[in-house]
Amino acid sequence: MDPITLLTFFVLSVFVGFEVVSKVSSTLHTPLMSGANAIHGIILVGAIIVAGQAENVGLLIVALIAVLLATVNLVGGFVVTDRMLEMFGGRKQPAKATTEEGAR
Amino acid sequence: MSILSIEATALLYLIAAVCFILALKGLSSPKSARRGNLIGAAGAVIALVTVFLSTELDNVALIIATILVGSAIAAPISRRVAMTQMPQLVALFNGVGGGAAALVALLELTHVEGIGAVIAVAFTVLVGAVSFSGSVITFAKLQELMPTRPIVFPGGPVVMAIVAIASLAAAVWLVVTSDPTAAYVLLALGLALGVLFVLPVGGADVPIVISLLNAFTGLTVAASGLVLGNTLLLVAGTLVGASGTILTRAMASAMGRSVAGILFGAFKGGSTAGSTVASDRPVRSSSAEDVAILLGYAQRVIVVPGYGLAVAQAQHTMAELATTLEAKGIEVVFGIHPVAGRMPGHMNVLLAEANVPYEVLQEMDEVNPQFKTADVALVVGANDVVNPAAKSSPGSPIYGMPILDVASARQVVFLKRSMRPGFAGIENDLLFEPQTTLLFGDAKESLTKVLGAVKAL
Repeated sequence: MDPITLLTFFVLSVFVGFEVVSKVSSTLHTPLMSGANAIHGIILVGAIIVAGQAENVGLLIVALIAVLLATVNLVGGFVVTDRMLEMFGGRKQPAKATTEEGAR
Repeated sequence: MSILSIEATALLYLIAAVCFILALKGLSSPKSARRGNLIGAAGAVIALVTVFLSTELDNVALIIATILVGSAIAAPISRRVAMTQMPQLVALFNGVGGGAAALVALLELTHVEGIGAVIAVAFTVLVGAVSFSGSVITFAKLQELMPTRPIVFPGGPVVMAIVAIASLAAAVWLVVTSDPTAAYVLLALGLALGVLFVLPVGGADVPIVISLLNAFTGLTVAASGLVLGNTLLLVAGTLVGASGTILTRAMASAMGRSVAGILFGAFKGGSTAGSTVASDRPVRSSSAEDVAILLGYAQRVIVVPGYGLAVAQAQHTMAELATTLEAKGIEVVFGIHPVAGRMPGHMNVLLAEANVPYEVLQEMDEVNPQFKTADVALVVGANDVVNPAAKSSPGSPIYGMPILDVASARQVVFLKRSMRPGFAGIENDLLFEPQTTLLFGDAKESLTKVLGAVKAL
């Protein structure tokens, strides 16, 4: 892809990134950081591409390590964020949350 | 397999990118946060299916097996980790992401053409390595595998400067020659730089560094997008880099610190608040029964929870004590400092876990004027966030950090494990004031005793 198109993508994404999180209460800083952390786990796509095009066993092993690390980032990131937010959901209906707690 | 056309692939990547934008947007508001995160995960699934269906790939079985292994490692850990240990887990996940980006760029070096792409490779290898080793050190600090204090050694800044200059030199060498050896040297220097960069950061500032390294990893992913010519990686990485930068600044300002100050060691020596000077001053320590009487005959109690409450897993006992006091007609609110716990918003997560209703959790600006009319401020396992030195002594390392104004309550009760200073390693003068009572012990044991005594009143 030509450099100017890529630059366009980059610059517009910077502004979108600034804009979407500009008004966030400190309560949500931790889940937001964790969610953003999960999103950069999408480097897994890159790791899959290099692993699928590795020319020898040595390179393949390094690429598979990258796949492993990226998967941990992606999967772990979304799961731990969901767990944090699960608790935020619970407090809006305290009665329901209490019964759930009791049922466990 | 190349089942998908170039157009279909681009379209699916666009959908995934939109999912990530919606995810970040959703995460900015409590109502939509959980849905936002799920939308992000859906975007990731779309992207992964797309890459398998659009690219000519060998070793597909091995790749899928590795992904399954990675998921089998990550998902159970994330499900089971105690909420108190979540910050270090996030740090670790961030680090492995940075490591993955560095490896991807390294492997792609032999395929890229053009100086721009080689520069992107150099950037990704260096910053990815910094993010990886830096995150591992923050993990070790938060997990208390190593001291949380800033670690400084003689000549540290000089070593740091030499490594930084060497890294730049290696990056230039790589860009000029495209020599893989240069990339490996750069990787090693980046790892060293990450360690040197995080070691001198004080424990209380570690969350800000995690957030910053998170933004770094985002940028490395964006750069690998440039290397691979993949727009999704470019957009997703840039989004995280940009939002992470904003978040880092927001966190730093919540703590009254500047990002530059943290990175260049604002917690340096020369502070007047040495912990050895004052620790033999007399304090008033009392029994659980006395604390119960103070609480039981108050009209308004403001609870200030801190990390000590979290490590003792005392949030459930605290919630029960609050309910018991309310049943006696006493008004109880929780004053939550923006950085209570170990990350902004961490305490809200912990108290939500203990079913403390949202309405009684008040943010700092909301609760501060109420201390004047409070009979008792009950500080459970917090120290730095209520330390008046942040207002009164310009020499103190925490000077300028906004604090909860507990000193204006009529009585202040500290539940503390010991006289050991807090995370920032500085003495709290409030402990020696006449209106202050201390109850020593593990937060959970102390609260259980106080709860029993309150019920017996």
